[in-house]
Amino acid sequence: MAEQDFVRQLNDDHGFARTQDWSEKFHIDFLLIGLLLILCCAGLLILYSASGKDMGGVIRQAAYMLVGFVGMVVVAQFSPRMLMRLSPWMYAGGVVLLLAVLFIGIQSKGAQRWIQLPFIRFQPSEIIKLIMPIVVATYLCNRPLPPSMKDIVITLAIIGIPVALIAKQPDLGTSLLIGSSGAFALLLAGLRKRLIFSAIMLAIPAVFMFWQFMMRDYQKQRVLTFLNPESDPWGAGWNIIQSKIAIGSGGLYGKGWLQGTQSHLDFLPESHTDFIIAVLAEEMGLVGCLMLLVIYALIIGRGLFITLKAQTLFGRLLAGSITLTFFVYVFVNIGMVSGLLPVVGVPLPLVSRGGTSLVTLMAGFGMLMSVHTHKTFHHRMR
Amino acid sequence: MPANTLKDHKAEQRIVRTRVWLALFFMVVLVFVLIARLFYLQVLRYDEMSTQSEENRVLLQTIPPVRGLIYDTNGKLLAMNRSSRSLTIVRELAGDLDKLIADISELVPVTDNERRRFDQRIRRRRPFEPIPLKFNLDDDQIATVAVNQFRLPGVEIDADLVRYYPEHDSFAHSVGYVGRINDRELRTLDSALYSGTYVTGKIGLEKYYESVLLGKPGYQEVETNARGRVLRVLNRVNPEPGKDLELYLDTELQRIAIEALEGRRGAIVAMDPKTGGVLAMVSNPAFDPNLFVTGIDYETFDGLNKNIERPLYNRATLGEYPPASTIKPVVGLALLAHDVVDKETQIFDQGWFQLPGSDHRFRNWNRRGDGWVNLYQSIVRSNDTFFYKQAGALGIDRMHDFLSQFGLGRRTGIDIGEERPGLLPSREWKRGVHGQPWYPGETVIAIIGQGYNLATPLQLAEFTTILANRGKHVQPRLVKEDMPDIQSPEWGHDVDVSDDDWDLIINSMEDVIKSQRGTAYWRIGRDLKYRIAGKTGTAQVVSIPQGEEYDAEQLKEFQRDHTLFVAFAPVEDPQIAISVIVENSSGAANVAKKVMDHYLLPRLNPSLTHGLSVDEALKAKVEN
Repeated sequence: MAEQDFVRQLNDDHGFARTQDWSEKFHIDFLLIGLLLILCCAGLLILYSASGKDMGGVIRQAAYMLVGFVGMVVVAQFSPRMLMRLSPWMYAGGVVLLLAVLFIGIQSKGAQRWIQLPFIRFQPSEIIKLIMPIVVATYLCNRPLPPSMKDIVITLAIIGIPVALIAKQPDLGTSLLIGSSGAFALLLAGLRKRLIFSAIMLAIPAVFMFWQFMMRDYQKQRVLTFLNPESDPWGAGWNIIQSKIAIGSGGLYGKGWLQGTQSHLDFLPESHTDFIIAVLAEEMGLVGCLMLLVIYALIIGRGLFITLKAQTLFGRLLAGSITLTFFVYVFVNIGMVSGLLPVVGVPLPLVSRGGTSLVTLMAGFGMLMSVHTHKTFHHRMR
Repeated sequence: MPANTLKDHKAEQRIVRTRVWLALFFMVVLVFVLIARLFYLQVLRYDEMSTQSEENRVLLQTIPPVRGLIYDTNGKLLAMNRSSRSLTIVRELAGDLDKLIADISELVPVTDNERRRFDQRIRRRRPFEPIPLKFNLDDDQIATVAVNQFRLPGVEIDADLVRYYPEHDSFAHSVGYVGRINDRELRTLDSALYSGTYVTGKIGLEKYYESVLLGKPGYQEVETNARGRVLRVLNRVNPEPGKDLELYLDTELQRIAIEALEGRRGAIVAMDPKTGGVLAMVSNPAFDPNLFVTGIDYETFDGLNKNIERPLYNRATLGEYPPASTIKPVVGLALLAHDVVDKETQIFDQGWFQLPGSDHRFRNWNRRGDGWVNLYQSIVRSNDTFFYKQAGALGIDRMHDFLSQFGLGRRTGIDIGEERPGLLPSREWKRGVHGQPWYPGETVIAIIGQGYNLATPLQLAEFTTILANRGKHVQPRLVKEDMPDIQSPEWGHDVDVSDDDWDLIINSMEDVIKSQRGTAYWRIGRDLKYRIAGKTGTAQVVSIPQGEEYDAEQLKEFQRDHTLFVAFAPVEDPQIAISVIVENSSGAANVAKKVMDHYLLPRLNPSLTHGLSVDEALKAKVEN
């Protein structure tokens, strides 16, 4: 009771605006929600064209978005303290699910990523995406910063176990994303420069080992094709060549909405999933791409603002990790479609078709909102 | 929060704040890299990319390989490829597909089935690939479409090759046929190898040697304009044609064999004992495999599938019949090898046999009995009682082990996939399948090839080959050359029996035909031109109740006995081994004789035929 009184008193003291009251009451960040809505609408427009005017698919995607927004608001109701308290259990549950995938998972297209329940099948790796930043933030926020060597090793182990399990499915794209989301929390916590340099020096032989022993043939093929797409123009290089042609032929202003020949004549594969940005680039040109990048930049900017304003160390690490991971999604996807990075199967967040990653991302934004709108006991100590 | 109180919150916040600004810096740099990349592609290389996209599209076209041909032993074609015209549609040029197909169907009929197949194919195409809608257009249809082509965007008439079987029914079961790739195959076949190919082997050699016959597709890169018209060929990789198959099968011999059956249901397998090569393989009635090549319509297929005579079924390798008395020579060898009897052992046949303590009578086929008989005479006369009496001493397990050396009870491993293993019963088998112990009475029935025993005509030919080779095993094969890609199962060891025993059994088999007491003498034994060793058999289709006489005339046609005959010739140097089964009718020996005559007479004595065909020579001989 005393704590609630204190919070109310605090609000009165600072004279928050009316929207701020609403924001705190329902734990919603109106600015972020507005930006996400704009992004989703743009995404549906692009998807309509990319899927060959398949209205059914667009409606299905819109339904996922609705589920995503509801999920986001629900997640925002959990206070950061509660997330912290639950994190060991979530982590343990996530690892158990990943082990279950390894033993009783369902195979599809050469990968074993799914678990079948009576009514739904789902990918536990998607849940780990959410859990990872919480767990690392929880662990680090109770230690002195910058973290000691021992804490770093433990954190790396916490990150490494699920990452290895997911890489084994095999799902390289997801395991890298999850690994980096954990690593971001660690970096924000203040890793020493000396350590970062030695990590880079260690990474070079590690990459070699990874190539030799961990990567599957199709993954190696993707990297080789990325390095020289022309080597296999009718096989794996086809996607990259065609997406580069699609992007390039869009020019400054594009061919017009629904007018892209590359996608509508089926030259561009996966045009409604991973390669959807190429459709935008072809039809809306550089201008369209820049507009999309501006929306993303605003969302990321809001995320960083929330990070800086967060009242607890846990909140700062969590919000920062979620925001930076979101940036990695955008960067890796556009980079791979435009031929800067190898094709690793990362969707363009909130625009590519597909419900699971959408709901997960929105849940992540729900946590951002939670960090921003739950005023806790801790901020008294500032 | 005891840990927290010790921490320097100000310093921690500073650390995180610095890091966030650092991250922001990196992100801005990376975003500029992305923007630079987009600028490079969309502005600096715009002209080039736009040209590639709009005017010159480099396309990859598949050139399907030519399927390998199948020849008989004399180089006569059994499976070939004929040119055929098909109506194709390039989806990218077609516009409204439903309207286009409606327009087409006003000119040439398009069935629902064709439409459905087309919709399946179009989902898995490469860009600008012509997808066939209708095959085998006739000249009128080609003319009609050509005249109207201007108002049918994307429609083209393509010439392609369609499989054709010039011998129609004769080799339907052995050569098999190809057919349209179905949904299930679409999921399993390698789409790279089958791009441009719409058929795959369904049964017989066409299926077994699919990977050899198919070949490898070639590709050509072509430059097309925005409307998909080919401007020039940039680069071409020629397809690798499929490999041809040369068979042991002999078209003439096959024809003689089919004619010898005179339309009766049955099966014939003739093998060369030296190579294992299958010279003739007949399953009658048969069907025309050409019906299946471009897709059989439902009514025709249903008619074939539901026909009571079962034309689709390969009796030669799938038909499991009681081998009946044809296995007596092999059982005789088992009795000799296990010292159950020697050549002197005699029994008195009163026409039946009873197990001690039972009043069930196991009858000899000759109800009056054959009197005193030994093993030799029992094979010549096909005496059942002699074998009944040895059943207990031999025992089912020793019988099983010995007979399995002759290939009974397992697949021969011939190079077509459709093969059944037959059944060679044993104590262990019966316990496993029926969960019951073996009864002595069952050995008594099994020893004369009835009861649980089942064998395919191919297995009968296989054990006859082993008899002809005096124990040497050869694998039945249709294709002459060994294909490294295709591993057929190898099994079988030679049978080790003393020369005296072989002599006794083979001589007795010769007297089955040559001696007046022999069961085949009155059918084929008079006037022999070469030495034949053989054995007759009669398989009961329905069991006859105890003590009742039965009259074949009174039974419905499908309940009459099958007759069987196995033989090899010439005895001194076997060149052909044959098995014949005629369903619900007599005369298997006559059929075998006709086939052997045709095969052997020109070979053994070329002067005999004076350069005439075998038929003519035989006719001339009769007239003399």
